[in-house]
Amino acid sequence: MTTIAWQRRRRSWATTWALFRRNRRGMVGLVILIVFAVLALLAPLLVTPAEIDPALAPGRPLESPGEAPPLGTDLFGRAVIDMLIVGSRVSLTVGVLATLGAVLIGATMGLFAGYYTGRPLGTILTALTDWFLVIPWLVLAIVLAAILGPNLLNVIVVIAVTSWALTARLVRAQTLVVREQPFVERARALGAGDAAIITRQVLPSVAPVIVAQGVLTVAVAILSETTLALLGLGDPNSLSWGRMIQEAFNAGAMSNGYWWWILPPGICVILVTMAFTLVGYALEEILDPRLRKSEAQ
Amino acid sequence: MRSGALDLRFVARRAGYALLTLAFILAVNFFLFRIMPGDPIALLARSQRLSPEALEEQRRAFGLDQPLLVQFVVYLRETLTGQLGVSLVSGVDVVDLIASRLWPTVLLVGVGTLLAAVIGVLIGIRGGWRRGSAFDSSSLYSSLVLYSTPEGWLGMLLLLLFAGWLGWFPAGGFSSAGLALPVLALSLGYVGQYAIVMRSSMIEVKAQPYITLARAKGLSDPDVRRRHAVPNAVLPTFTLVVLSVGFILGGAIVIETVFSWPGIGLLTYEAINTLDYPVLQGVFLVSSAAVILAAFIADIAYGVIDPQVRQS
Repeated sequence: MTTIAWQRRRRSWATTWALFRRNRRGMVGLVILIVFAVLALLAPLLVTPAEIDPALAPGRPLESPGEAPPLGTDLFGRAVIDMLIVGSRVSLTVGVLATLGAVLIGATMGLFAGYYTGRPLGTILTALTDWFLVIPWLVLAIVLAAILGPNLLNVIVVIAVTSWALTARLVRAQTLVVREQPFVERARALGAGDAAIITRQVLPSVAPVIVAQGVLTVAVAILSETTLALLGLGDPNSLSWGRMIQEAFNAGAMSNGYWWWILPPGICVILVTMAFTLVGYALEEILDPRLRKSEAQ
Repeated sequence: MRSGALDLRFVARRAGYALLTLAFILAVNFFLFRIMPGDPIALLARSQRLSPEALEEQRRAFGLDQPLLVQFVVYLRETLTGQLGVSLVSGVDVVDLIASRLWPTVLLVGVGTLLAAVIGVLIGIRGGWRRGSAFDSSSLYSSLVLYSTPEGWLGMLLLLLFAGWLGWFPAGGFSSAGLALPVLALSLGYVGQYAIVMRSSMIEVKAQPYITLARAKGLSDPDVRRRHAVPNAVLPTFTLVVLSVGFILGGAIVIETVFSWPGIGLLTYEAINTLDYPVLQGVFLVSSAAVILAAFIADIAYGVIDPQVRQS
């Protein structure tokens, strides 16, 4: 029984991949992501901690792009290219970990809110989700970050806590549909409890929604990290792309014309955010049959 | 069951929901600052150096030696009578402080949102109606790039370009010339999002049977678009614009910081740097209330302009 289920699931993932490969925008996103992921993984081999230490950096300060470091240096003589490489590691780590947290919260809330719709628990969870969707997320994030204090783990927690609501709403809507399906009714008739139905029947059916939304959430999480860092709420010891932008801002890079310091981190954020968004949209199109049909027209 | 344009029961239900949401914000605002590591005074100690006696004195002054429930009741009474405490840094009343910074933010967010919504909707209409055209794919990619751009960085880029190199605009501060760049940065950040939503809304509407019917009646393509597609497609975008007010307020915080625009956002940034908790608490309360009010008004407006109501 389970092996058949697993075979079926593996076949459906293979179909998804075949469809994904034919989606040009999705593939563009995937290629960008692989490049940055490789860069992030190799970062410790490419850049030594001393090279990005403000006190120990070997280069001369504020060199415009030229021969020695290809993208110039910042105020402390650190090579911009080195900071970008280290930044990819920090920004991707924060983005992915915060998303894992957000998806875990969002999926749990959505599953329970949907499954128990019509009962008090469902109503409370739905109201809580709506509340998180409406309130100004950045103000809540600022308040939380200011109370918790600036370190990388807290940044991840703050982003996770403020970005799960959309996932919860989508999962809830999907759960409401799945809940009425005959196979759920059959499982209940065979004596399955709520917990078993949610984890064995409903969760596998809403998994595609969770995956697509999760990929889109990484984009939001990376943007959020950049914003928090710019406001001085990031970890001062972790050189993310957002932290680079903040340092350039504090050094007055705009009025002093240090364009080589401002442009690269922002462009990296745009590329990675866009890549996650493109992959997410592609997955959504493939996994949501309604969208797939309209795409074919 | 609906009679007339406005159903009072509907309004009352939405109002009740808005009040409930507001009550929850009050509770969160209270408990966040007390249950979290350390009470406001411990946080105060982090921002200023105070002797243990002075801390104890402050703790009594804030009523923190009272039981939590008593504190909550006192807090509710004070908040509902418009007392939000005083700034730890300047000693100015938080309500006065926020009121004095309100206008620049309203101006920035108002003009920025309007501009982004109008341009975004126009782009979305054109792109969605001629799906796959050169205009559509180029505007879709630009929208995606704009959506993926951190607002603050976009603001820095505009400053680098227009204030640093060209010298056309002042680098910051409150003036009518100084409004141009912050508004541009804010609206560029959201125009992409609105364009994407309007586009998919147009695509969805275009596939509806009543569009085919309108064509069959012999209406010209622009007429079908203007009279049948746009009015129906614009509704979801309208809802999104209102619901995104919370996000735009977030964007305003960053934009105001980058441009030294003296609104609520810059006030928030200053409060972050000085760990001025009463101000942060006040900003959270006021901005959340503003967003809830916006959502409530949108709900009611939606009920009024809903074509299903109008047609019946």
